[in-house]
Amino acid sequence: MTPPRIGVVTFPGSLDDRDAARAVRAAGGESVPLWHADADLRDVAAVVLPGGFSYGDYLRCGAIARFAPLMGELIPAAQRGLPILGICNGFQILCEAHLLAGALTRNAHLRFRYRPQRLRIESTSTAWTGAYGDGAEIVVPIKNMEGRYAATADTVRELEADGRVVARYLGGNPNGSIADIAGIANAAGNVVGLMPHPEHAIDDVYGPGPDGLGFFTSAVTTLVGAAA
Amino acid sequence: MSEAASRAAAADTVARAAATPDIELPYSELGLRPEEYDAIRAILGRRPTSSELAMYSVMWSEHCSYKSSKIHLRTFGEDPAGSAGKMLAGIGDNAGVLDLGNGIAVTFKIESHNHPSYVEPYQGAATGVGGIVRDILTMGARPVAVLDPLRFGPATAPDTSRVLPGVVAGVAGYGNCLGLPNIGGELVFDPCYAGNPLVNVLCVGVLPADGVQYAVASGLGNKVVLIGARTGGDGIGGASVLASATFEDADSGERRPAKRPSVQVGDPFTEKLLIECCLELFAEDLVAGIQDLGAAGISCATTELASAGDGGMLVDLSAVPLRDATLAPEEILMSESQERMCAVVEPAKLDRFLQRCDRWGVGAVVIGEVTDTGRVQIDWRGERIVDVPPRTVAHDGPVYDRPRSRPADLDGLQADDPARLPRPKTADELRTTLLALLGSPNLASKRWVTEQYDALVQGNTALAAPADAGVIRVDERSGLGVAVATDGNGRYCRLDPYAGTQVVLAEAYRNVAATGAEPAAVTDCLNFGSPEDPEVMWQFERTVQGLADACRALGTPVTGGNVSFYNQTGNTAIHPTPVIGVLGVLPNAAQRTPLGFVAGTEIYLLGAAARPEFGGSEWAWTVHGHLGGRPPAVDLDAERALAAVLIGARAAGIARNAHDLADGGLAQALVESALASGVGVAVTAPDAEDAATALFAETTGRALLGVDPEGAAELARLAAGHGVPCDRIGTAGGTGVTIDVRGQRVEATVGELRDVAERTLPRLFGVDDGATA
Repeated sequence: MTPPRIGVVTFPGSLDDRDAARAVRAAGGESVPLWHADADLRDVAAVVLPGGFSYGDYLRCGAIARFAPLMGELIPAAQRGLPILGICNGFQILCEAHLLAGALTRNAHLRFRYRPQRLRIESTSTAWTGAYGDGAEIVVPIKNMEGRYAATADTVRELEADGRVVARYLGGNPNGSIADIAGIANAAGNVVGLMPHPEHAIDDVYGPGPDGLGFFTSAVTTLVGAAA
Repeated sequence: MSEAASRAAAADTVARAAATPDIELPYSELGLRPEEYDAIRAILGRRPTSSELAMYSVMWSEHCSYKSSKIHLRTFGEDPAGSAGKMLAGIGDNAGVLDLGNGIAVTFKIESHNHPSYVEPYQGAATGVGGIVRDILTMGARPVAVLDPLRFGPATAPDTSRVLPGVVAGVAGYGNCLGLPNIGGELVFDPCYAGNPLVNVLCVGVLPADGVQYAVASGLGNKVVLIGARTGGDGIGGASVLASATFEDADSGERRPAKRPSVQVGDPFTEKLLIECCLELFAEDLVAGIQDLGAAGISCATTELASAGDGGMLVDLSAVPLRDATLAPEEILMSESQERMCAVVEPAKLDRFLQRCDRWGVGAVVIGEVTDTGRVQIDWRGERIVDVPPRTVAHDGPVYDRPRSRPADLDGLQADDPARLPRPKTADELRTTLLALLGSPNLASKRWVTEQYDALVQGNTALAAPADAGVIRVDERSGLGVAVATDGNGRYCRLDPYAGTQVVLAEAYRNVAATGAEPAAVTDCLNFGSPEDPEVMWQFERTVQGLADACRALGTPVTGGNVSFYNQTGNTAIHPTPVIGVLGVLPNAAQRTPLGFVAGTEIYLLGAAARPEFGGSEWAWTVHGHLGGRPPAVDLDAERALAAVLIGARAAGIARNAHDLADGGLAQALVESALASGVGVAVTAPDAEDAATALFAETTGRALLGVDPEGAAELARLAAGHGVPCDRIGTAGGTGVTIDVRGQRVEATVGELRDVAERTLPRLFGVDDGATA
């Protein structure tokens, strides 16, 4: 089989782009670098928006990246069903681009926080979580300053009712997110935003364990299945 | 006439200087001594222009010229046998470079940013990270990790709660935004650092062995290109005034107009772009020479590049992009605006060079070219304002052999032996002491700090704080890794700078070996009081000698570092505080030995029996507020043997965990390994003079090692082969830490110990439980 081509976007200030590319390869995909200034998705079958501080987080996290030339291609592609995973800053960008509901605000304790974090996978019906068992409990690092998920009560009700809360914090909420929400999906399930960093949990040495790899194998498996 | 125009009109030109030889410039306000001013006049054969004086004053400052330390630092140049072949760059370059084989090299260096961090903690610390990162980048390397040894005044002092949170946030804010994992460091409190916090930052970089870049401007007609941020008025005089003398002219009763902040302001986003841009430039071989702009800014970069080259340089200062159009040429020359680099580029490669910069949104402007005049000549709006031999500015500054005298109080201090202090004896007293040490700010968990740092970015971190040493993979194909640790101990060095420094080096060396890595090279940050104080200068000389001798004994050369003088308040200097970084090599980072206990393993104590060594110890200080006697004895041959066992156990695949014994002795080491993994331990402490010695003495050359029962024979063979005492003291497992010592039992649950260790810093600097919605 040909490994599916999965794009990893580099914005100025992206930090975890090489890490996301490594995770894509570890899951059996071909990682394809995408450049913020090129309005070209290079025929990829899925896209990862990695963590970092795009455009220095100036104005507001993700607020400038949302207007990058590449996003002009990505937003309609997402609406057509292209699988997209936004991690940390990528999640922030997806919210700013209105591909996902709500917003990420400054942590309640007002400090950057890095720690291994327990999560429960709340939905396995997205493009990025199919490899997990229902209710699977995993450990993946968090590391962010603006990771506190916020949304209106109506939005949260809708997310919960539609099963679009993808992951929830366990064993203590690290940043004050509403309803302990760590990740959400769009209505179609192809776009997922995640505050924790699964690309930093793909093996037993260079992170807290291999629990995060499933996000990437989920997409690879779906894409290989679709191509077969 | 606008202010800018009037300033330009008033520019002091070379022609004017020649025509007005009798005008005396305000050299003393710039920190120069009369004889130094006379030397400049002799070099130039006329009075300097004001721009030339600005350049000389900042380049001849203690911070840039090392004028008080140079004659002593030469001791490090006498390289120990066996390691010279591996060094691709060393002292005198921006950072030392070590060839690891297979085409991979690493570079690492530590620097201080002490005074700025006291004045403005966040920006001082942030730009401290930025500065050392640019040093590493300048060598041609991708920066891959930082460590931050930090020292503050008493934990409970009001000023510490001003300085510490800002420093930590600054290190975090800058390092996190650059995508640099923070893999270790220190956090130490001592009254001697009140008013003089020590903010030292070590950076590690990785580069192709054939890709080392040098700070050289050669090749007639090559272009000099300034890249990165625009030049502003920040940090003017920072190097010569802040870093070398007093914070303000309080003594003279005179204050200069403080129209701009003396501390530089950092922009990590620009630095991140600069890093990625420079790495592309290096990879495409578009750079003939490069120097970062740090202290002394353009003055430093132009003269150092030209001085190391074979010609001269002509610079049009008017071409420098400015953030503030009113800056005078002297200010532009001295500005310490961050995130700038100066590159030398062949004309044929210039277009491609500028294209790569544009792709990353990095400003790039040609400001000059390499000439054959042998001089650095700088023009400002069509007039020559600088015409100097570059070597006299950059490399041949004044050198002083300052007077030295043994501190008058040292005999008394050393005679005040901690043997007189009452030691805990009963099980209750021992337990109370253990908990008091564990909860003391110096030994408590540093999680409140390290959680603010991204330890995982880049995806190569195999160990990070609280491990003995941070471990990162530097080659994804082979798994090749490096381990890096930093250590310092001002109290030991106050009691005996020669021996204390050797203890510090031995600890950093042992920390690296504990992970299973082979120690290979050393970097040092020498933090001291005023070199004009003979007692400080004596401490400095003894420290350098102790370090040089120990490095030779351990086979780990000093590859570079930094000296920070004038760390004192009034006439009271900080303890002499060399902070030493050791870098070691691991064939496969994934096979590193971690800190935490593994259930079911047997725990061994390697090394000599504990002696009642409490001089400068954490116990004497925390429990009795006592500082006296001598630091613990250090046996460098025994340290090498211990390291060989730790490395051998890793190589044989039998080491499941390891931890060196240092501050707080055996008890603290056992607790730290239990907390790291949440796995308890039950041991019987080897006998010693008394229970307190067994548990709390800081005897050197010791480490805990956990091995599976089937590894016991191999360990015994290794230990015997290297002549290292090796006692099986217990077994890891369960939820408690139990220590039997001379017929008494000290015990606590891991949960209780964690609570004691982890509550201290949040209580002092902000309870961190506000997240729960």
